[in-house]
Amino acid sequence: MPWTLEQMCRLAAAELKDGYYVNLGIGMPTEVANYIPDGVSVTLQSENGMLGMGPFPSENEVDADLINAGKQTISELPESVYFDSAESFAMIRGGHIDMSILGALQVAGNGDLANWMIPGKMVKGMGGAMDLVAGVKRVVVLMEHNAKDGSAKLVKSCSLPLTGKAVVDLVITDLGVFEIDQKGMKLIEKAPDISVDEIKKRTEAPFTH
Amino acid sequence: MSKKVYPNAKAALDGLLSDGMMIMAGGFGLCAIPENLILALRDSGVKNLTVVSNNCGVDDFGLGILLQTRQIKKMISSYVGENATFAKQFLDGELELEFNPQGTLAERCRAGGAGIPAFFTKTGVGTVVAEGKETREFNGEAYIMETALVAELSIVKAWKGDKNGNLVYRRTARNFNPPMATAGRVTIAEVEELVEVGQLDPNHIHTPGIYVNRIIQGARYEKRIERRTVRK
Repeated sequence: MPWTLEQMCRLAAAELKDGYYVNLGIGMPTEVANYIPDGVSVTLQSENGMLGMGPFPSENEVDADLINAGKQTISELPESVYFDSAESFAMIRGGHIDMSILGALQVAGNGDLANWMIPGKMVKGMGGAMDLVAGVKRVVVLMEHNAKDGSAKLVKSCSLPLTGKAVVDLVITDLGVFEIDQKGMKLIEKAPDISVDEIKKRTEAPFTH
Repeated sequence: MSKKVYPNAKAALDGLLSDGMMIMAGGFGLCAIPENLILALRDSGVKNLTVVSNNCGVDDFGLGILLQTRQIKKMISSYVGENATFAKQFLDGELELEFNPQGTLAERCRAGGAGIPAFFTKTGVGTVVAEGKETREFNGEAYIMETALVAELSIVKAWKGDKNGNLVYRRTARNFNPPMATAGRVTIAEVEELVEVGQLDPNHIHTPGIYVNRIIQGARYEKRIERRTVRK
């Protein structure tokens, strides 16, 4: 059985270590914050200028001056810190953030990542994704194993415009967990009752296991 | 020094505008955008603008207002996904667009204000962002050269400011405002509360007034929320 979204988020959350500074991408990666294991304390960075991002606010805490990178209202914690965008990306580009968890359109076997643009569709922009994958120490991708049309998202070579070259360290899909290093991609964990053969059928990139 | 203080947004823009100029506008999404100065830019009728701003507002608020009146010729941004007018004008070929990675955009402004004409970054190496740019290796890693941005005019928004132009921002409403305040040949700040010199704690000034040429207290703040999200 493929993992559920919640199980995928728990797997991603298990990658977080106590004391980490972490940036979570927009969408499913944001949900990972709800599954951080007990005893693990991490500081969430929001690239619009905040460390120590709190949960969504209660009705009476909503503040137009307090949003996350997805433009959602959020709340403040006792340890929160604010700074400007240049400072924010100095800590990202400068390698001070321990981990980033991002969504993806395609990941290649060598760690190339495409997650910002589909040619022919309206281009929205890369936001901070290129800076994050270039600067953050460990990049984890959280995504469905296949696209809605069934095509592979773990590919030999990305056909979509890249966000970064050889930047992904770990991919968590609903079928398995894949580690990527200079030797290539390796399946290190798979969802219950899913065979390696089935994963191979639904994956274009070569992988070891 | 109180000659920096202007009575309103229209007066603060007086003598500074010309068609085809480059303007930087602070804010992230709709958070901490210079609402009053954007409205005054619309009313001025200045056109063919190149606007440097992380986003382009929404259809009926923020910089989106200047799209409706077709006053913007080109945007330099990192993300413009919230605006249908933008999509239409871009797809119709009426609007030029230059995407910068968000950190590169912020650093281009910071560098512009700090007198650094260009810098090398690993952001965008091996992507379309690197096309046509000089690549150089440092310590065995590839970096691309990005150039600084200096605008003819920067418009920023702060929470409090004093009559010398010293600014304090609130929470995540700081974002692009401080680097952009440094990178305008002329910078105008609008604030929610304009106070006398000495009333802001000098230890807590975010933007020193040296960067700010003109300051106004905004007449009105809507401070619209783009994605109101609350705890269940």
